[in-house]
Amino acid sequence: MTASTRSGSLPAEPAPGGTRPPRAARSTRVSSAVVTLGIVSLLTDISSESVAAILPLYITAALGLSTIAYGFIDGILQGASALVRIAGGWAADRGDHPKWVAFVGYGLSAVSRAGLLLASGFAGVAAMITVDRLGKGIRTAPRDAMITAASEPRTLARSFGVHRTLDTVGATLGPLIAFAILLVIPNGYHTVFVVSLGFAVVGLAVLGLFAPDLRPRRAAWLEKHRTRETRGLPSCKGCSCGVPGLVPAGRPFSWRSAANPAVRKVLLAVGGLALLTVGDGFVYLSLQARDGFATQWFPLLYVGTNLAYMSLALPIGRLADRWGRARVLIVGHVALLAAYLSAAVVLGGAWTTLVTLALLGVFYAATDGVLAAVVGEHADASVRGTAIGTAQTVVAVARMVSAAGFGFLWYGLGRAPAMLVVAGALAIALPFAYRAVRGLDTAPPPDDQGEEDETAVPSDAGADGAPRSPEDRS
Amino acid sequence: MSRPTPRVWALLAVVTVAIGVGTAVGVTEYRRAAAQDAAADPVAATDLASVSGVPHLVFRSTAPGDQYGLVALVPLDDPSGPRAFTDVECDRVAAGATATACLRTIRGVATRFEAELLDAQWQTTETWPLPGVPSRTRLSSDQTLLATTSFVTGHSYTTTGFTTQTIVHDLTSGDSFDIEEFTLVVDGEEVAPVDRNLWGVTFADDDTFYATAQSQSLGHTWLVRGSLSERTVETIQDGGACPSISPDGTRIGFKVQTSNDPVHWEIGILDLRDGSQRVLTGETRSFDDQIAWLDDDTVMYGLPRADEPGVTDVWSIDLAEDASPVLLVPQAWSPQVVGG
Repeated sequence: MTASTRSGSLPAEPAPGGTRPPRAARSTRVSSAVVTLGIVSLLTDISSESVAAILPLYITAALGLSTIAYGFIDGILQGASALVRIAGGWAADRGDHPKWVAFVGYGLSAVSRAGLLLASGFAGVAAMITVDRLGKGIRTAPRDAMITAASEPRTLARSFGVHRTLDTVGATLGPLIAFAILLVIPNGYHTVFVVSLGFAVVGLAVLGLFAPDLRPRRAAWLEKHRTRETRGLPSCKGCSCGVPGLVPAGRPFSWRSAANPAVRKVLLAVGGLALLTVGDGFVYLSLQARDGFATQWFPLLYVGTNLAYMSLALPIGRLADRWGRARVLIVGHVALLAAYLSAAVVLGGAWTTLVTLALLGVFYAATDGVLAAVVGEHADASVRGTAIGTAQTVVAVARMVSAAGFGFLWYGLGRAPAMLVVAGALAIALPFAYRAVRGLDTAPPPDDQGEEDETAVPSDAGADGAPRSPEDRS
Repeated sequence: MSRPTPRVWALLAVVTVAIGVGTAVGVTEYRRAAAQDAAADPVAATDLASVSGVPHLVFRSTAPGDQYGLVALVPLDDPSGPRAFTDVECDRVAAGATATACLRTIRGVATRFEAELLDAQWQTTETWPLPGVPSRTRLSSDQTLLATTSFVTGHSYTTTGFTTQTIVHDLTSGDSFDIEEFTLVVDGEEVAPVDRNLWGVTFADDDTFYATAQSQSLGHTWLVRGSLSERTVETIQDGGACPSISPDGTRIGFKVQTSNDPVHWEIGILDLRDGSQRVLTGETRSFDDQIAWLDDDTVMYGLPRADEPGVTDVWSIDLAEDASPVLLVPQAWSPQVVGG
């Protein structure tokens, strides 16, 4: 809990007025708000993945139902969850309180755990899964907007790396905890649900109590005007920001600024590549068809991918900060291409499987958090949540379309040839995607924009103006 | 050292409550499981040899206690009487005179799944891994063909969707067929939906089988007839799932969804001779199982007990118009007639 208590003192750190910590210090520490959000995600992922792992067993063994219907519902909900993301981001931008929008999302998931304890039939279980997915959809974009707002812009991808590492640790621990409980307590499904609820509630408490109520839009407004003053300019052009008592609101939300040219380029490139991302499931099935090791461990292949993702999210985030985030985002797809080849080409043995899983891990480490970082970097503070939510939705929907379309190849050509076709298409698409986003990394941010982002941390934290409760400073 | 702030106290309180409630529920459930085991009425048991010799039912016993989940046998003339336990643990069983197939979950921190083939003496002849939770299994009447269905689910957050995997094993030649890859013929026309799932196989002879096919993108679930030699599955009816062919090969029992909210499954019977079909209205409870045939005029199926997680009963119902369900084997699941 040390990390989260530290975050509690964040708002008391030097606030807007001007003095920033020395550069060296800033670049070596990840904002405690990011660590807090990471811990919230870790706890919540333990909660959701522990239930997800045992749900098929619960439905078949305890409820005596077939799991087939559950799978269908799950697929549909993944789509619904993708669309809710935009709404979550939009709500965060509109209200300029991303924390509380995220809180609602995390809260819904916690409620769904409580509901599972009461649900006895399939309909009840399905309803609770729906609530959980909606919650996940709502919280993702506001949370990523908070990470962006709380981070030093120069090390933004590293911040996302830290967050995604913690997130994936949770996703890996969840199933282990659930299966361990079932091992000790036969039919202990309710214990799993209660433990899951416990993790969700503690995660919610950490978010509610320790995450700073960042106000990205307002902070940008204050920063902009402070900058004008320090530059000796009139406090603002034709507005009345000098009038006492006027609430700084920042630039109002607008869809046009949510999709500025830079963001649009990223959406186009990443959306296009997502159309060639067929999903882990197909890669795993392809491995299973040719390798005894993969067959033996099939239900656990995702753990291998998670382990690689977990250990690489941070180093690849650092690399992205140094080498260019958009560049890493695109080049990360080379790992996906390699995973397709590795899954399609018969080399046999455990190594093929392990290498493929590692490559998938590299792909996620280089694309998931980095996408949020790229969009967060280029979107205006007033529309960041919406922009990040839109990017994630575009990717999720394109991947669903891709998985559906890949079915044609899968049944038409057979597994390995289908993989090779997609790998070939990806190889052709990658240079175009690379060219599309190349300019985004090299151009240094224009002065005004840069200032706005850079000071987001301190100004956000203190943006409320009024000092926090005294214990925050202790 | 600074004193903990109120919000640290608040968090500690939440954590304490979470741990407290979690432990309490865990201990309660553990005690209940232990008590269920200890207080379990000792299941009347008999010796295996005496039951194996007469026509009998093979099933998974769900009676709480040490023998939970073991395959057991009861004579056909006294199905609710003493049962003979084997030492084989299964989630789903398919049995014949000379062989038994068993699908099981290997519990552990890394939970896995496997299929096992056993001979008439309940000795393992072969095992192989399954990619997910066991769902259905059937043997052909001469035990030369075996079908297994498992439910494969993507656990990764980023993976969408699910799939069933249904494999037909030719136990004489050693060949196996992934019937999902067979040509799908819908109403006489070859179609290639982007997604398809096949499950719940029942064998008519050494080439023909019936199963369920579903395409989400086309929005249909069908009963299909398949041919292993031609590698095709052809739809015979829109709607219905998990077919099961009667011993005389004239009828198919299947589950049919009669209500969507709440989901309600009833027993449908399709007469293959004239294509007529009906729903057995005597059973009003929703069931979710691949039915099995007790004889040419009676079907049996498992139903979970509402108040006892993990405990199920096998019920039977006669095909006659006014028949009502009968509790056939208490505390049982996945029944099959052998030597009937």
